[in-house]
Amino acid sequence: MAVNQQIAPSLELLGLTKAFDGEKGGKTVSVLHPLTLKIEKGQFVSIIGPSGCGKTTLLKIIAGLENPSAGQIFIDGNKATHNKNRIGLVFQEYALFPWRTTLQNMEIGLEIQSVPKAKRRAAAMEYVRKFGLEGFEDSYPRQLSGGMQQRVAIARTLLTDPEVVLMDEPFGSLDSQTRNHMQAFLLDVWQSRKVSILFVTHNVDEAVFLSDRIIVFSKRPARITHEFVVPWPRPRDRTSLECNTLRREILETMADTGNLPQRRRGAEDERK
Amino acid sequence: MKIERYLVPLLLIVSWQGLSSLGIIGGNLLPSPVQIFLGFKDLLTVGMPPGQLLHNHCLYSLIRVALGFALAALLGIPLGLLIGWSGRIRIMVSPVIEMIRPIPPLAWIPIAILWFGIGMKSAAFIIFLGAFFPIVLNTISGALSINPIFFEAMRTLNATPADIFFKVVVPGSTPSIFVGLRIGVGIGWMTLVAAEFTGVKSGYGLGYMIMTARDIQRPDEIIAGMLVIGVIGLLINHVLKILEKKIIRWQ
Repeated sequence: MAVNQQIAPSLELLGLTKAFDGEKGGKTVSVLHPLTLKIEKGQFVSIIGPSGCGKTTLLKIIAGLENPSAGQIFIDGNKATHNKNRIGLVFQEYALFPWRTTLQNMEIGLEIQSVPKAKRRAAAMEYVRKFGLEGFEDSYPRQLSGGMQQRVAIARTLLTDPEVVLMDEPFGSLDSQTRNHMQAFLLDVWQSRKVSILFVTHNVDEAVFLSDRIIVFSKRPARITHEFVVPWPRPRDRTSLECNTLRREILETMADTGNLPQRRRGAEDERK
Repeated sequence: MKIERYLVPLLLIVSWQGLSSLGIIGGNLLPSPVQIFLGFKDLLTVGMPPGQLLHNHCLYSLIRVALGFALAALLGIPLGLLIGWSGRIRIMVSPVIEMIRPIPPLAWIPIAILWFGIGMKSAAFIIFLGAFFPIVLNTISGALSINPIFFEAMRTLNATPADIFFKVVVPGSTPSIFVGLRIGVGIGWMTLVAAEFTGVKSGYGLGYMIMTARDIQRPDEIIAGMLVIGVIGLLINHVLKILEKKIIRWQ
């Protein structure tokens, strides 16, 4: 690719802050320290940090569900206005509409964009095939396994052709085997779609397996304490020495800065 | 298992019939099952008053209920959806609903007769009042109980408020709407008979039929009429349940 003009990053956050007014007119609670972050086109970036540190709030702000107290968001070089389909959000709880079938759930974004029925059906069918959901086109979410529901949710987001996909612990409620499977699946999708991903997790193993960059958040109010670049090609071997070393390094930084209380570490281990 | 279900009712009917045949229960107050069955046959063939047959009484009652119920559903569902969807509408409309709701539908009968006269319109109005509140209140609670994450998901997909209303609020409330419809039609059916006690112009209606049977001292036909009312109420509920299963396949 000839790079003459400068390519704008997919997502750029400039001095983003968030504070909530305290109850009873009390002092305001700061959730987000001024946050500046850049995600280049096609990058896979993970944010890792203790529970309740404001990761979800950050995603909601980027997705336009909440307003920042200050700061700016640029998507593909343009100031975010949230009235264009440039940001997709994948929820941990899938958030599939229980009254819609697999196809209907996938199509809803296009339906909102008034894409003609035949066209959106064809687009959704392509994802049904790519995502291995054949035979479940007309199933309702309750009839699908957790992994399948999350694939439908990812398809629903990708069908709107976003510039950046935000994922909020998308595999958090899956069992570890399905989780590993879904991680590999997500990498496939990401590599074929060349979409930028901002992935929130508190599973270090997951972050190391997936990401180009790993950003470590502090306790609330969230602040970037460390950033790790993961240079190795994919697919990565989770049990390789280098992966293990990086994992230990990340866990140690989190423990050192007091970001990972003992209790949290215990929970981390239980998940594996 | 099946036999156990029917054992007690069967025993009750047999002993009732036995006590009646022995003359222990007076037939002028509580007729025996056999007498009631014969009364039922009379309602079908002779009619009460004579010439006005049971199926026509049923038909008129059903039309009144259908009218009042349809009106209640037509107004109650959209209103409930709007109140559940918009906090501002809720704040404005709720006090009115809370004010009118505790008034029993039957307490409206005198004013209904004053407004609409005796006949189809007043009966339908009373049924409307009986059915309206359960429908509105259940629709509201249905809309309010929708998981907020669905609204967030819609907003990330750049949905307009209309999209959110028609694609989330409406389908998400349907299960509760059906609960409201079932309760509403039940209450409507109950208030119907009372509304008909006060008089009907057409000379038809199950409540009217029972009152006429009382006038000429036919307890067998009164009880047969009561049973018919109960069975029809049961059938209506059943039909709505089938409809619910057909419409809400996702649950």
